Amino acid sequence: MSITMTKNRIEELFEQKKERILSVYFTAGFPAIDDTAHIVEHLAKAGADIVEVGIPYSDPVADGPTIQESNKVALDNGISLQLIFDQLGDIRKSVDIPIILMGYINPVLQYGIEAFCKKCAEIGIDGVILPDLPMQEYLEGYKNVFEAHGLLNIFLITPQTSDARVREIDGNSRGFIYMVSSASTTGAKAGISSSQLAYFERIKAMKLNNPTLIGFGISDKATFDQASAHASGAIIGSAFIQLLSNTKNMEQDIFGFIQSVKGKA
Amino acid sequence: MGNSGSLLAKIVTELRFELKGMKIEVDSRGYYGNFGGAYIPEMLFPNVEELRQNYLSILQDASFRQEFDHLLKTYVGRPTPLYYATRLSEKYQSKIYLKREDLCHTGAHKVNNTVGQILLAKRLGKQKIIAETGAGQHGVATATVCALMGMECIVYMGEVDMARQRPNVERMRILGTEVRPARSGSKTLKDATNEAMRHWINHPVDTHYIIGSVVGPHPYPDMVARFQSVISEEIKWQLKETEGRENPDFVVACVGGGSNAAGAFYHYFDQDDVQLIAVEAAGLGNQSGESAATTVLGKPGVLHGSKTLLMQTSDGQVVEPYSISAGLDYPGIGPVHAHLFESGRGQFYSATDEEAMKAGILLSRLEGIIPAIESAHALAALDKMSFEQDDIIVVNLSGRGDKDLETYIKWGGY
Repeated sequence: MSITMTKNRIEELFEQKKERILSVYFTAGFPAIDDTAHIVEHLAKAGADIVEVGIPYSDPVADGPTIQESNKVALDNGISLQLIFDQLGDIRKSVDIPIILMGYINPVLQYGIEAFCKKCAEIGIDGVILPDLPMQEYLEGYKNVFEAHGLLNIFLITPQTSDARVREIDGNSRGFIYMVSSASTTGAKAGISSSQLAYFERIKAMKLNNPTLIGFGISDKATFDQASAHASGAIIGSAFIQLLSNTKNMEQDIFGFIQSVKGKA
Repeated sequence: MGNSGSLLAKIVTELRFELKGMKIEVDSRGYYGNFGGAYIPEMLFPNVEELRQNYLSILQDASFRQEFDHLLKTYVGRPTPLYYATRLSEKYQSKIYLKREDLCHTGAHKVNNTVGQILLAKRLGKQKIIAETGAGQHGVATATVCALMGMECIVYMGEVDMARQRPNVERMRILGTEVRPARSGSKTLKDATNEAMRHWINHPVDTHYIIGSVVGPHPYPDMVARFQSVISEEIKWQLKETEGRENPDFVVACVGGGSNAAGAFYHYFDQDDVQLIAVEAAGLGNQSGESAATTVLGKPGVLHGSKTLLMQTSDGQVVEPYSISAGLDYPGIGPVHAHLFESGRGQFYSATDEEAMKAGILLSRLEGIIPAIESAHALAALDKMSFEQDDIIVVNLSGRGDKDLETYIKWGGY
């Protein structure tokens, strides 16, 4: 098996597009269990650049109330990692944009690292975000098998991450770095403060090898614009989950939301 | 027969050899064997890293030791007695000692750890304290030391537990602590821990999180075990005084997360002649679907920052445990205990609600001591163990039963 990786959809995207990249997170199996693949398709059609499919977990410690609730509903609906793979089995027939799986390490461990990576490669998943898998553990126990299956592992940085550690993370990253906008769980209050701007500037000035996307607290056009001024783009999660909670016409509302965030409406 | 017999003997000898002088300690990566580590989101990395880099030097600092020892003596009431339980010994035809952690200030061993951690938090320059609590014992112990040190304190407690443990909620409030209900998930200890971690993510700079058991990301399991190790430190010299030897044949302790067991075992980890007996809560029975016996029902997994044995579904979702004892009602165990189990250094038993309640009432009648229901699980294991007449058994009586009065009353049978 070759360890060298072929070009990955995430890397291709960042080569072609340098700004205003919009990545959207949603929880698989929410609001209804069979919505997963449709939402990916609607997002791609509406103009999202990356889709992050959340793997629900019983104990999502890095998430605020909105995503916690969507995790709970999805689990009550009967979602599982295996079912997510089944739902996304044919997704590459209809969707070309990068797809990332985001979740906590335990469900992945129980599925089996090797089996998980193999399945991701089969389906055409491009990357993984596992916030509670620390960098050191990743490098020692996961990196080889991830790379063998063409999977990028996306790391997080926060305002408290030291310059030295940002450099280390940058050195071990491919694709992009997920820049957590503030010291918070997901779904933080919208709006960007001066101390956050200083942090964005600090990271920008470091001229990292990898592009960055800003996430947490990005909810609409205004915050997307602000974030995009300091990074290659931004990630929206909780605000999109809220939209899904209230929608009556999913396809239309997703289209409207993405267009309004990107400013093309 | 002869061959298989000698083969068996050989295997046993080799096993003994492997166990001999076994080091039960955390390695540089924060692991006990296959268990432990620090599975935390990057948001918590600076806090946990700050702790990891400083905890050993602070704990070994002479002025820290002095202050810690002084408070343990004058405030907590240490050393706690090692009491020879005459009538209980008669019943079991052996020599049973009770390590009286129930006599600690606030009613359980939990305060050993909170005194240690608040002194450490002060040295790290933290101004605020958060904690999680299940039954409320760790919450009360944390609220107590925060009052003592004049520090702001927030304790997260599952909404269900708040209703079940009302007196402890009010104790914390009297002590000036804000008790915040955890309303997510099953609204018990696991969820209170999640909420405390979320709070810490949102307040990374000025706040120290006092975890109450030997769980969580490295260095918490090791740090909490060190603060609780005073239990076995005292057992050693106390037993030497009464029996002329430091090592009992057995040390018995209950395990939820496992902090009292870690403290009672600590100085005996590498003493092969001491059998370490851990007792988990079997609830309504291990096959009933209502149990908290993690080594029986769990598989390796990651929860609250460490890899350990964990009760979970095949999809990796954490399963809600059950025990009559809120302090043992946790779906994981500390990584040190997962290692004791996997390596064979520890022997694990489990006791049902009924066995524990009977053992609690038995101790009340024979010795005039009403134990916490957690500790009653340890006592219940005496019925399951076999020992010789001269064997010395130390049971860690981790807490007193005052907080459990309502459960005793409802249970009846006395």
